[in-house]
Amino acid sequence: MTSWLRQLVAALKVLLVATLVLGLAYPLVVLGIGRLMPARADGSLVRVGGTVVGSALIGQPSGGDQWFQPRPSAAGDGYDPLASGGSNLGPNDPGLLATVEQRRQQVAAREGVDPAAVPADAVTASASGLDPDISPAYARLQVARVARVRGLDPAVVRALVDEHVEGRTLGVLGDPHVNVLQLNVALAALPAAAAG
Amino acid sequence: MSATAAAVAQIAIVVAVLAAVHVPLGDYMARALESTRHLRVERWVYRLCGVDPDADQRWGVYARSLLAFSGVGVLVLYGLQRVQAHLPLSLGMSAVNPATAWNTAASFVTNTNWQSYSGEQTMGQLVQMAGLAVQNFLSAAVGLAVAVALVRGFTRSRTDRIGSFWVDVVRSVVRILLPLAVLAAVVLLAGGVVQNLTGVHDVTTLAGGTQHLVGGPVASQEAIKQLGTNGGGYFNANSAHPFENPSAWTDLVQIVLLLMIPFSLPRTFGTLVHDRRQGAAILAVMGTLWGAAVAVTTWVELRGPGAVPALAGAAMEGKEVRFGPAASALFAASTTSTSTGAVNAAHDSLTALGGGVAMMNMMLGEVSPGGVGTGLYGMLVVAVLAVFLAGLMVGRTPEYLGKKVGRREVTLVALSILTMPAIVLVGGTLTAGIPALRAAAISTGGPHGLSEILYAYASAGNNNGSAFGAFTATSTYQEVALGIAMLLGRFVPIVLTLALAGSLAAQRTVPPGAGTLPTHTPVFVGLLVGVVVIVAGLTFFPALALAPLAEALS
Repeated sequence: MTSWLRQLVAALKVLLVATLVLGLAYPLVVLGIGRLMPARADGSLVRVGGTVVGSALIGQPSGGDQWFQPRPSAAGDGYDPLASGGSNLGPNDPGLLATVEQRRQQVAAREGVDPAAVPADAVTASASGLDPDISPAYARLQVARVARVRGLDPAVVRALVDEHVEGRTLGVLGDPHVNVLQLNVALAALPAAAAG
Repeated sequence: MSATAAAVAQIAIVVAVLAAVHVPLGDYMARALESTRHLRVERWVYRLCGVDPDADQRWGVYARSLLAFSGVGVLVLYGLQRVQAHLPLSLGMSAVNPATAWNTAASFVTNTNWQSYSGEQTMGQLVQMAGLAVQNFLSAAVGLAVAVALVRGFTRSRTDRIGSFWVDVVRSVVRILLPLAVLAAVVLLAGGVVQNLTGVHDVTTLAGGTQHLVGGPVASQEAIKQLGTNGGGYFNANSAHPFENPSAWTDLVQIVLLLMIPFSLPRTFGTLVHDRRQGAAILAVMGTLWGAAVAVTTWVELRGPGAVPALAGAAMEGKEVRFGPAASALFAASTTSTSTGAVNAAHDSLTALGGGVAMMNMMLGEVSPGGVGTGLYGMLVVAVLAVFLAGLMVGRTPEYLGKKVGRREVTLVALSILTMPAIVLVGGTLTAGIPALRAAAISTGGPHGLSEILYAYASAGNNNGSAFGAFTATSTYQEVALGIAMLLGRFVPIVLTLALAGSLAAQRTVPPGAGTLPTHTPVFVGLLVGVVVIVAGLTFFPALALAPLAEALS
């Protein structure tokens, strides 16, 4: 029994030292290093005219037909960072199947295209529910509608989308994507002269 | 470039980085763990804690130190969660309820990092940093300690001492995990992973709505979460959350981090037993199994079979656009092959076969390459079994690395290997078989529902920690039962492995004779791959046939 007691005392002491070093000093040192790159450490915040309008990393709920739309989201009521997560529904789930079909019809109607032309990311929810990106295909699909609602030249909006397409990192990592918030910020900043 | 070509190139980059890193890192870890000199900071820790660093322990005392350390870890982590409301940096969060606190304490101390809670709603910043992340380091260090203790069983001769647990743990942290974690945290920070002490703050979105952004000390936690093959996310969505894993680049870094130490340990092993070919053989076995899992998962996720992917046009439910199916598949196969359990995609929404491979990876016993330390000792235990089976086939006395595999050794190995399947099958059967438990745990019937139950217990029993997220883990029964499954799945094999180390160390080393089976040849690699697959296959095939295979074929 004394052996156990000795072990327990040593265990408690090692844990205490570890908590101070690994649990406090280590994260605080990293916090300090983060101050050297505050834009990143603080969450890649996006400002318009000095006001923060969100994070480039966190998707935002859809804002109406004058904006590019994000993907469907299962985080809370949609894009709620306090409830990140996916639908967790399986690949053959009947409920999910019905939802996907409904979204396909909705997107097709909104964009005035054939349901077959609607890309996969437009009808599926992401794992985080906060996906800041859409596929280049989904962004291009929305060009005509956004241009029409805003009274802009579609060619200008299409060029804006093309500017915002990010290819695979190093040419191979991940998938090509378009950041919706950054695209919408650029859209809002388009000069009136571009109106067609 | 086509999606398939990009997927292959992406895998090739990971393999190339690991190939470059595993030799220097493996050699470094061998030097760090078996050095005869103590660093000044280590001496200081030993003196402060009243530990004699030069007193080697018998296996029983080593095991007692380990169990005491882990037991104290569970108690302190439980306590921290329970008093959270009174701690600073708690963001106004209340005490974690007893069942969840128990489950989480068991989960993080066992390196499982199964999360029945949602990080952003349940855990304040202090509990995340000083509670959860501390165990991320320590549980990984305990894994390394057991691995090096088992290796000493092979390298030492006619002794009852297998090393000092305290020295092994302190060195693992000071010389290996902490320096690498700082480096990794800086790389992740530069890639956009957040590190701040901001709580919930509201912003007015571009379209005029309100969004509650929530920050935290994420980069420091993310680094050790992957490096220590822990897997517990700061946020509920884990590595799918853009604040944890903002880009395809940070995703690659995370995949490399979680594979790095497990794939370097065979080199450490080879160096320590003074026969690097032995390490290369173990590496080949691990690499083969991981490679097969990655190939199948990538292929099936890109192809996207199943009703929902077919209708949507691709398997994008539960996946992030910046990663796409290929990077999600690579992550899923790697996180389940190591005992990490971090996820960058919702595993419940993977294709039936993709989810099945993830489950199978865990059911192999987390040896391909497995967790930090646990992968190596797990694989060496199976290697002893393989040597024994080969000995039976040719009728010779089996020996591995100069140590005879006798009745005592085989008994310990068999018990160790059988522990996990017993936990998974008993735990899974109880939940699947008792209607009230089943109804509370899953909402889907049929093969997918069974997959959700099996996955939960495979994850807990193997200390993986990933989940099919639709499984309801928050009932008191599941919190308690899965907590027990994690503790048994961790500490029963550890005690048996340490007993094996003690038994091997006591033996005299015998020189290889004409009848000795060489254990560095391709034949042995094939044999060991076969034994790993057959042991898991015989145990789990009926269950897999009823769950993911039935769903894939329907």
